[in-house]
Amino acid sequence: MARKVLVLGEVRDGSLRNVSFEAVAAAKTVAEGGEVVGVLIGGSVNPLGAELVKYGADRVVTVESEKLAQYTPDGYSQALMAVIGEENPEGLILGHTALGKDLAPKIASRLSSGLISDATAVEVAGGNLVFTRPIYSGKAFEKKVVTDGLIFATIRPNNIAPLEKDESRSGDVSSLSVDIKDIRTIIKDVVRKATEGVDLSEAKVVVAGGRGVKSEDGFEPLKELANVLGGAVGASRGACDAEYCDYSLQIGQTGKVVTPDLYIACGISGAIQHLAGMSNSKVIVAINKDPEANIFKVADYGIVGDLFEVVPMLTEEFKKLKVHS
Amino acid sequence: MNIYVLMKRTFDTEEKITISGGSINEDGAEFIINPYDEYAIEEAIQVRDANGGEVTVISVGNEEAEKQLRTALAMGADKAVLINTEDDVENGDQFTTAKILAEYLKDKEADLILAGNVAIDGGSGQVGPRVADVLDIPYVTTITKLEINGETVTVTRDVEGDSEVIETSLPLLVTAQQGLNEPRYPSLPGIMKAKKKPLDELELDDLDLDEDDVEAKTKTLEVYLPPQKAAGRVLEGELGDQVKELVNLLHSEAKVV
Ligand SMILES: Cc1cc2nc3c(=O)[nH]c(=O)nc-3n(C[C@H](O)[C@H](O)[C@H](O)COP(=O)(O)OP(=O)(O)OC[C@H]3O[C@@H](n4cnc5c(N)ncnc54)[C@H](O)[C@@H]3O)c2cc1C
Ligand SMILES: Cc1cc2nc3c(=O)[nH]c(=O)nc-3n(C[C@H](O)[C@H](O)[C@H](O)COP(=O)(O)OP(=O)(O)OC[C@H]3O[C@@H](n4cnc5c(N)ncnc54)[C@H](O)[C@@H]3O)c2cc1C
Repeated sequence: MARKVLVLGEVRDGSLRNVSFEAVAAAKTVAEGGEVVGVLIGGSVNPLGAELVKYGADRVVTVESEKLAQYTPDGYSQALMAVIGEENPEGLILGHTALGKDLAPKIASRLSSGLISDATAVEVAGGNLVFTRPIYSGKAFEKKVVTDGLIFATIRPNNIAPLEKDESRSGDVSSLSVDIKDIRTIIKDVVRKATEGVDLSEAKVVVAGGRGVKSEDGFEPLKELANVLGGAVGASRGACDAEYCDYSLQIGQTGKVVTPDLYIACGISGAIQHLAGMSNSKVIVAINKDPEANIFKVADYGIVGDLFEVVPMLTEEFKKLKVHS
Repeated sequence: MNIYVLMKRTFDTEEKITISGGSINEDGAEFIINPYDEYAIEEAIQVRDANGGEVTVISVGNEEAEKQLRTALAMGADKAVLINTEDDVENGDQFTTAKILAEYLKDKEADLILAGNVAIDGGSGQVGPRVADVLDIPYVTTITKLEINGETVTVTRDVEGDSEVIETSLPLLVTAQQGLNEPRYPSLPGIMKAKKKPLDELELDDLDLDEDDVEAKTKTLEVYLPPQKAAGRVLEGELGDQVKELVNLLHSEAKVV
């Protein structure tokens, strides 16, 4: 059954986040041959429309307004509801990001629809669109379907592969004018944490430090290892609470959820709330001086030892590997 | 101030999880107040102590949630309400829960509603914003700070590690993020007092709702545990050799670098 599916693209620092391209890929599956329409909302987003098309959207609708320069649930829901009113889609996909988590339930409520949150996969099975999602802090999974109305889901970043970028694709980018009314939550200030380098939630390699890193300086060898691997540095709550690093690096239930190809946990004990944010990683390496640490239960490879010895040695070995290959 | 807290009784996910008969095995499992709802309860108590008023904790579930509601009363909430769906609803989802909660709240003239940002078992994070939308009040999710000055409210919100300072007004719904406060433990006198505090029990009928009004929009086909990972390999030998072996394994076996 061919469906028209809308995808809300998400813009950060003037460019589209990867999860937007992944959402387009998910939307293609949901559309079953129907049309995939990208939606971009913001202060000035028209120029990004073409990019979404290159990743698989058939066309793009934008809603631009100064009142939409920053995300607010009232502003964005008015804009998205206007597009939904125009397009009458049968499917809707958002990223399960801070924005998607905040906005999608409101849209679902507006539409009295179901919503499948934090999906890590979508497939057509037995004539149904079946979504997979982690439950119980990642210790179990469920397969879920929408039984009534709009097929609506948010997808977890870094789990559904985007389509290959096709520079030759072109599609219409049109804009819809929406009169944004009452915004009841006003953003007075945004404190952005300086996140250098690779975006943690989209990184292919994450080197994470815990309380075992012992100080702010203790993160230096982890940064070097991440650099050599082209990855990002993350942390446990323990390291953040001890002020060894900023909370923007926190991985877990209350922090970022990451699914890299390689996750290297250094001096992290492996509490369930931490595992909830990384246990889906493809390969997990644990470096911990306590052989009984829980992190070894989820690790594919482990080294029992002092991270301050092991991490620099690893960096050197990876450097050699890079030279040889 | 008229303050409500939405509280879910959840499975303690620190426990071992097993499946039997196609669903999560709950026999002998530990159930707790959803940890993020503990932050919500604590904040509600602090707001009441600073501004006066009353804290009512509501849960949709079955009579087993009475235990967690009593704990909330022992922490210092004034009243508890259980909306018992046991006999009426077989399959529910977030639409169901939000609809029931909003129906209960619609004529309560709540000034402030607090929820957790996510339940550690179901994990959707939908219920708070859905309830706010049905009640047509503003909401702010994943908050780490709440300041109330008359009708004006200033909230700090955690956005993937960045923070936003937001100004809004009552009535308002907020969802609690870790870092908002340190939830208190119920004191012994608190536990004694809680036994005498009101815990009302309602059913769908009392809310003028039919089973059809709250029918789920989604359905779970299957619940399963992730495929058992082959036991991880803890390397042995000289540290230098272990490191070489690890790099080799990641390159040649796992092929991730
Ligand atoms: C509601 C709630 C939400 C939470 N959310 C999160 C979350 O999102 N993310 C999160 O991470 N946590 C979260 N937590 C906290 C979590 O429960 C743990 O407290 C936290 O993850 C512990 O951090 P840690 O592993 O760094 O510290 P610890 O548990 O103290 O572990 C430190 C580890 O380092 C090892 N070590 C020490 N020195 C060395 C060395 N030189 N070399 C090698 N190893 C060494 C030790 O053996 C130990 O295993 C949450 C808790 C609650 C209650
Ligand atoms: C009548 C009924 C039948 C159900 N049947 C099924 C079923 O057959 N299969 C199934 O998988 N699930 C079933 N559920 C559970 C349901 O799908 C969700 O678990 C529930 O709606 C909350 O979603 P969540 O766990 O994602 O919570 P989230 O949306 O992540 O919770 C966020 C916050 O919302 C509030 N909240 C959430 N749930 C409640 C609650 N029950 N009471 C008060 N506040 C709450 C809390 O503050 C919580 O921190 C049923 C629920 C009900 C009420």
